[in-house]
Amino acid sequence: MILQHIADGILSGAIVALGAIGLSFTMKMLRFANFSHSELLTWGAYSALVFVAFFSSFGGFFDQTIGPFSFGPGLLLAMLCACVTTAIIALLLHRFVFGRLSRAAGHMTMVFASFGVALILRHLVVLIWGSDPIYYSRELQFAILLPGNVRVLPDQVFLLGLTVVVVIALHLFMTRSRTGIAMRGVAESPDLARASGVNVDRIITWVWVIGASGAAIGGVLYGMTVQLRPELGFSLILPLFAAAILGGTGSLYGAVLGGLIVGLSENLSVMIIPTTYKPAVPFLLILAILYFRPEGIFGERST
Amino acid sequence: MNAPHVLEARDVIAGYAPDLPILHGVSAHVDAGEVVSIIGPNGAGKSTLVKAIAGLVRVSAGNVRLDGRDITGVAAHKLAAEGVGYVPQTGNVFATLTVRENLVMGGAPLAKAAALERIEEICALYPILKDRMRDKAGSLSGGQRQILAVARALLTKPRLILLDEPTASLSPRAAGELFDVVRGLAEDGAAVLMVEQNAKAALRVSDRGYVLAEGQNRIEGPAADLLADEGIGEIFLGFRRDAASTEGAG
Repeated sequence: MILQHIADGILSGAIVALGAIGLSFTMKMLRFANFSHSELLTWGAYSALVFVAFFSSFGGFFDQTIGPFSFGPGLLLAMLCACVTTAIIALLLHRFVFGRLSRAAGHMTMVFASFGVALILRHLVVLIWGSDPIYYSRELQFAILLPGNVRVLPDQVFLLGLTVVVVIALHLFMTRSRTGIAMRGVAESPDLARASGVNVDRIITWVWVIGASGAAIGGVLYGMTVQLRPELGFSLILPLFAAAILGGTGSLYGAVLGGLIVGLSENLSVMIIPTTYKPAVPFLLILAILYFRPEGIFGERST
Repeated sequence: MNAPHVLEARDVIAGYAPDLPILHGVSAHVDAGEVVSIIGPNGAGKSTLVKAIAGLVRVSAGNVRLDGRDITGVAAHKLAAEGVGYVPQTGNVFATLTVRENLVMGGAPLAKAAALERIEEICALYPILKDRMRDKAGSLSGGQRQILAVARALLTKPRLILLDEPTASLSPRAAGELFDVVRGLAEDGAAVLMVEQNAKAALRVSDRGYVLAEGQNRIEGPAADLLADEGIGEIFLGFRRDAASTEGAG
């Protein structure tokens, strides 16, 4: 039983980690808590739905399923298109809302603006797609039995594998590429980065693109393994913040570890508390980390 | 016609808030191969001046010229690409990045191949950095950090180098070594503008100096003259006529 909870925790933690990476970067580099970030998961998931329908219209290759999975090449391509769409939405939000506010308004104004943006984004989803749950696929899947009597669906194995690939790719990007190194530099000191010749505005664009793409992938994976509904992102808002704060803002590894801790804590908590209290677990984690180590696990202690 | 100064700041009014200027019309210039010190009491606006020149503080009036070209209001990252190297007073290295990554940051305006080549050259110049390339900059000693900060600023072969209190919190020995580095930069042809609290030590390695007080130019002249004039020290810098320990400025 406990192994099944651990497996479920790792799987839900992987989705939280993908969403928390972008949130963690924006919190560190743009210096505000972006409550609309979770809605990017929703938009990623729903925009992929449009592209799935588009590619399905070609039939044949795009309509096939791959091996034991419930999806085919169409959904994988749709996921890429969703990353682009969500990145464009994030860049528009930066261009017309957060970028402008950051020059003239305080952090609290930005936070409240992000609440407003989140509401608009969520209700636009309801307006366009309705409030009923939607599925990418109605294909039936058979669970794989793993040692320890743990059952996972093939799609969940894919979810975990893709998360690992994304995290490794981001790790290589952040440590090997000049843009990735500059992102870490800007996170530490924007002014020193500017004086070193780094175009901070260009780096911030990269932060939005990477953050939104991670959110889109997380949203699609959530939609693939659960279902699509307008509250998809909203239901993840606390876990995302808990993961970002727990790991330390601005840290890739922190966001991933934070996501896994949140996912595991939520799923293991049901062994000792009623399931209805499960959503409170991330909130307790936030309180605990703010009390004992406010800078997070991988965060730098300010001196 | 005379060649333009490498740096010429004229009647600069600047500050951190639009209606609260720190500098009230400061002027200064630096030529190639020169070390010029900006000295003065706390709150004189010394750091604000170099930040304004580096494009990190908004200049609301007056102008800054680099080799005769107006660079007032140009973004800091563009100035770095055009040959302005800036070493801030505090937080002058990226502590969470490795030494190599700090140097990569300094090479941001260059093409990748050129930046890597330049990093090799810099490491040959400062062998201590080569030995610690994989270490986090935060693990370096104060003196090593300053060397790294200067090395990072040198990646683009700047014509103008701005140093904001480079010897702050360094041991006397490390400070002496850093002043040697500063002198070497000028001998290689760079124009160096240095803000220093340790006024006497700074003037000893400088060609000229400016004394600022309350955001305004008070006195300027050859460094040797400023050093010799005890009246200036007493009025603006906190030197004491009778004290042997007159290194620090107020």
